[in-house]
Amino acid sequence: MSLSSSDLATIWLTLELASLTTVILLLIGTPIAWWLARTRSRLKGVVGAVVALPLVLPPTVIGFYLLVAMGPHGPVGRLTEALGLGVLPFTFAGLVIGSVFYSLPFVVQPLQNAFEAIGERPLEVAATLRAGPWDSFFSVVLPLARPGFVTASILGFAHTVGEFGVVLMLGGNIPGRTRTVSVQIFDHVEAMEYAEAHWLAGGMLLFSFVVLLVLYSSRRMRPGLG
Amino acid sequence: MNPRLSRLLAALGASLLAFATRAAEVQVAVAANFTAPIKDIAAQFEKDTGHKVLAAFGPTGGLYTQVKNGAPFEVFLSADDTTPARLETEGDAVAGSRFTYAIGKLVLWSATNGYVDDRGEVLKKNAFRHLSIGNPKTAPYGLAATQVLDKLGLADAVKPKLVEGTNITQAYQFVASGNAELGFVALSQVSRDGRITGGSAWIVPAALYEPIRQDAVILARGRNNPAAAALVDYLKGPKAAAVIRAYGYDL
Repeated sequence: MSLSSSDLATIWLTLELASLTTVILLLIGTPIAWWLARTRSRLKGVVGAVVALPLVLPPTVIGFYLLVAMGPHGPVGRLTEALGLGVLPFTFAGLVIGSVFYSLPFVVQPLQNAFEAIGERPLEVAATLRAGPWDSFFSVVLPLARPGFVTASILGFAHTVGEFGVVLMLGGNIPGRTRTVSVQIFDHVEAMEYAEAHWLAGGMLLFSFVVLLVLYSSRRMRPGLG
Repeated sequence: MNPRLSRLLAALGASLLAFATRAAEVQVAVAANFTAPIKDIAAQFEKDTGHKVLAAFGPTGGLYTQVKNGAPFEVFLSADDTTPARLETEGDAVAGSRFTYAIGKLVLWSATNGYVDDRGEVLKKNAFRHLSIGNPKTAPYGLAATQVLDKLGLADAVKPKLVEGTNITQAYQFVASGNAELGFVALSQVSRDGRITGGSAWIVPAALYEPIRQDAVILARGRNNPAAAALVDYLKGPKAAAVIRAYGYDL
């Protein structure tokens, strides 16, 4: 008894989903985090709260609203249909969008902390050396915030791997497209296939522990940032 | 002691005792598709008997797992007939207490008026993007849906368009939200008093799928609870039968 081919397919799909989601989150999370770290705008509180919402909202709420919004009668669904993209629920793209929302705070918050920890001083120095804003971002901020990026990537990836409720409500359990590991485990348990459930669930436990172990061990060596 | 006072105290004690034995509580695990009917039945039952019903809803497989792991349920209303039988052989249910409380009817349903014709031709035309069903591995109505598709010879044709809800409630939700144009759901979800409440539907002929017998059983924890026995009796009685039929089940 070990992992079946359908189990392996769910693992592969989950890794694909988590990788793509992490890349997208780093791309959109970096400017959001940078803005949150530097701004004096009154909107800072609002944006920060919106970003943090998935921390407190149950995945059923996120999944339900995404299902309704991206469905054919919802605003997003009407837009995607008008653009000829069809509707997003039951598709891999739909899961990616759901996951980006769901894991947003896990990427933005570590980045924001890292940017805030850098402070004004290094940027002022860079400016006196005639570095433009882009130049100083790439040659000063990015290297200094590296531990923050590592933390953000690991947390974003791991949190997406562990996603269940949003995928369940949005996915439709289609093999190879929307059936992830967590949904497969749920199905095994529901079908009373406990041996199969144990293989995947045990694997998930081990994966999560190792990821967090790596994260916390690396943090201890480099205190301060991240 | 004053004889009148002692008589009063005795009467008070007796009525308290009667109330305590009479107004027991029963914890029931209920398959998701029976959520609405059991709420109606429980309300009448509570009024008629004074007992109290605490109902937990979920997919049959999930409830089974909870029972096996010590959930405090005393009566189990399953969506199939195999799970209660299994609990009985495994010693988790009271032997001989098993009975069929409802027979489910499968319906092909769309939230859009006029989308589903009354012979199910819409399936053969295959002009939809998504057909929603319950997970056939875990949801009896999902299994029945796959039997219908097999019988009609459409299983391969619609396979790429199938989306699965973990239970029949979610299968319904995919259709109700418009994300799937149509789906196989329980008649009980879309009808009241013999009428479809919205959208369009094809009540699938019973010959196309194995009967969906929904069995109930008294669980081991409910063995000595009079409220559990009372609820089971009530479910077999005429008042519950009227509610069950009104929700679109057979008996």
